[in-house]
Amino acid sequence: MAVTTVSGAVTDRGRRITLRTRLQGLVPKLVLAPSFLLVLIFVYGFNLWTVFLSFTNSRAFTSTKLIGFANYEKLWTWTFESDPPSSWYTAIVNIGIFGGLYIVFCLALGLTLAILLDQKIRGEGILRPIYLYPLALSFIVTGTAWKLFLDPGIGLEKAVHDWGWTSFKFDWVVNPRMMIYCVAIAGIWQTSGFVMAMFLAGLRGVDGEILKAAQIDGASTYATYRRIVIPIMRPVFLSAIIVLAHMAIKSYDLVLSVTGKNPGGAAELPSTFMYSYTFTRNQMGVGSTSAVIMLMTIAAIMIPYLYSELREKRQ
Amino acid sequence: MKPRSLLLTSAMAASVLGFATAATAADLKEVQMLHWWTSGGEAAALNVLKQDLTKEGYTWKDVPVAGGGGAGAMTTLKAMVAAGNPPTASQILGYFALDYAEAGKLGDITAIATKEGWDKLVPTALQKFTTTNGKWDAVPVNIHSVNWIWLNKAVMEKIGGTEPKTFDDFVALLDKAKAANVIPLALGGQPWQEATMFDSVVASTGGIDFYKKAFIDLDESALKSDTMKKAFDNLAKLRSYTDPNYAGRDWNLATAMVIKGDALVQVMGDWAKGEFRAANKEAGKDFICYRFPGTDGAVIYNSDMFAIFNVSADRKAAQAAMATATMSKSFQSAFNVIKGSVPARMDVPDTDFDMCGKKGIADVKSANSNGKFLGSLAQNYAQPPAVAAAYDDVVTKFFHGEIKTSDAAVTELVKAIKSAK
Repeated sequence: MAVTTVSGAVTDRGRRITLRTRLQGLVPKLVLAPSFLLVLIFVYGFNLWTVFLSFTNSRAFTSTKLIGFANYEKLWTWTFESDPPSSWYTAIVNIGIFGGLYIVFCLALGLTLAILLDQKIRGEGILRPIYLYPLALSFIVTGTAWKLFLDPGIGLEKAVHDWGWTSFKFDWVVNPRMMIYCVAIAGIWQTSGFVMAMFLAGLRGVDGEILKAAQIDGASTYATYRRIVIPIMRPVFLSAIIVLAHMAIKSYDLVLSVTGKNPGGAAELPSTFMYSYTFTRNQMGVGSTSAVIMLMTIAAIMIPYLYSELREKRQ
Repeated sequence: MKPRSLLLTSAMAASVLGFATAATAADLKEVQMLHWWTSGGEAAALNVLKQDLTKEGYTWKDVPVAGGGGAGAMTTLKAMVAAGNPPTASQILGYFALDYAEAGKLGDITAIATKEGWDKLVPTALQKFTTTNGKWDAVPVNIHSVNWIWLNKAVMEKIGGTEPKTFDDFVALLDKAKAANVIPLALGGQPWQEATMFDSVVASTGGIDFYKKAFIDLDESALKSDTMKKAFDNLAKLRSYTDPNYAGRDWNLATAMVIKGDALVQVMGDWAKGEFRAANKEAGKDFICYRFPGTDGAVIYNSDMFAIFNVSADRKAAQAAMATATMSKSFQSAFNVIKGSVPARMDVPDTDFDMCGKKGIADVKSANSNGKFLGSLAQNYAQPPAVAAAYDDVVTKFFHGEIKTSDAAVTELVKAIKSAK
């Protein structure tokens, strides 16, 4: 009697344990399921929908009439129209200039600031939020402020003239050919503090023992950073580049507010191109095509990069 | 793009949800109006309609979507209509109304229109946008015209200028201002502003019939004619009279330059008058309005309209009341006095209007009777948005030197319009 009870209790407990572990295993799946479903529909589902639209003749409203690769052919010919530049050509050149400058300068400035702040200086607690603060502004505010600041008639140029340096000239923001650089300046100002914070977190994670060992071996500060610290921070570079690259690709309000609605068609970016064709020019087919091309381009750059970075880590 | 589209979608979702609940709870006596008249003067003008309807016992449900030009409002509208919950009416511009009509989303107020004889009161060319196959599905609220110039009277007197009658007169006047060290032409260098000015330049260079042939009929020989080249050359001439910092400037800042007397003249639609009024300036005393030199008697128009949507039967009474109130003489007068435009019906007395408004009203009447009342290409009233945007592209690229010669400009214009069609 007693024996059976004990053995019964044991099997019962055993069953309870497996049930509990099974439930525990299920909980994350259950919790994630709704958001997984939402992402599946609203991100990947609509990605596919956009791909479908790019093969249709959709104009103001969606249409299901397939027209093959006509939209792609249109964009392909526009890609090589440089004189006078087609909007799509300008958009591609501009995203190259803007994206390149934005990523490189944000990384360089962010890293420099982080290294300088990491020298155990006084007042770091005050300096850090000051650099980080621009991120709290929305891009449209940043853009408008920089537009006013750089406007030769009321901003920097006028101030310098009033101080007496009358030959000073800085009219990029009203010069269609230089506008995109102003967009990059505003973007870099906004984001480099954030990149600094990422690097600073990375620097704090570097093992002090390694640095001491390097010091004992007689490595200079420069060599320590170049050969040891920066290579250790490779994962931070990865996250920073991913964040910056997608911010560059999606920037929309910044370019519109800095340039004042794209004068001369010279401040076009793929994002503004996509929006205007899809929603204001009633050429949804062409707009969808440009969106698909943007997605493919990012995928073509990011997938090999992610693959190489993550594979190395696994090894 | 992602946060933006996320924001848009959530805004859309919110508004759609809002409407889903509102529609079920809505009684018969509610008017939902989607619009983008959120700035001070515009909101005050719309308030007139709200009060008129409140007097008749209808409640007003405002659906404002801020953003001049209405791009945001149009996106919201698309979402509401797609979700099957259209507003009672929505502010709408030109070809967008035709898109909704084509998609079968608009209602029918022909009964009221016939009873009140709107077809004789509304300018014929405008009825293209308010009717579909003879069926009325939109109510015009006002008529703006783009072929105006706005001058600072004090500056004009200082330089001893007189009204320019031709394009050459205009250039001579601008030269005078330049000699007197005043910025001759206040311009906002944004694509739509340059294209809006070019509408007038084309009508002035080739005459209003040429404008019609080129921009309404899209006649290819007119588009690449020497007259069109001359028009581009004239536009380039105007460029030399701006200050160097014009690129990207907003239109109202350009108007402010004229108001302050920093600049002599702005070429702009009559919504510019709203800025003068807001600065307490009086037509004829502080500022002068003329038709763009060489376009007197013609009206290149755009118009605000309320599109009437196909709503459920219990909401139709409110819709009809809204349409009637919008077309009433008292509203058309009161609204347009505030807004700076002219009434969309031609039998409204001009007593309450200033001299520019009086001239505008008279011009609409005469232009309508002799075929000189034509839609503005830059403002989406001559061609569908795709073509109008292609036109904007070419004009702004030429204006900022990306397209270097007028020869190249006309070639590009023909090509761009072809690929947009």
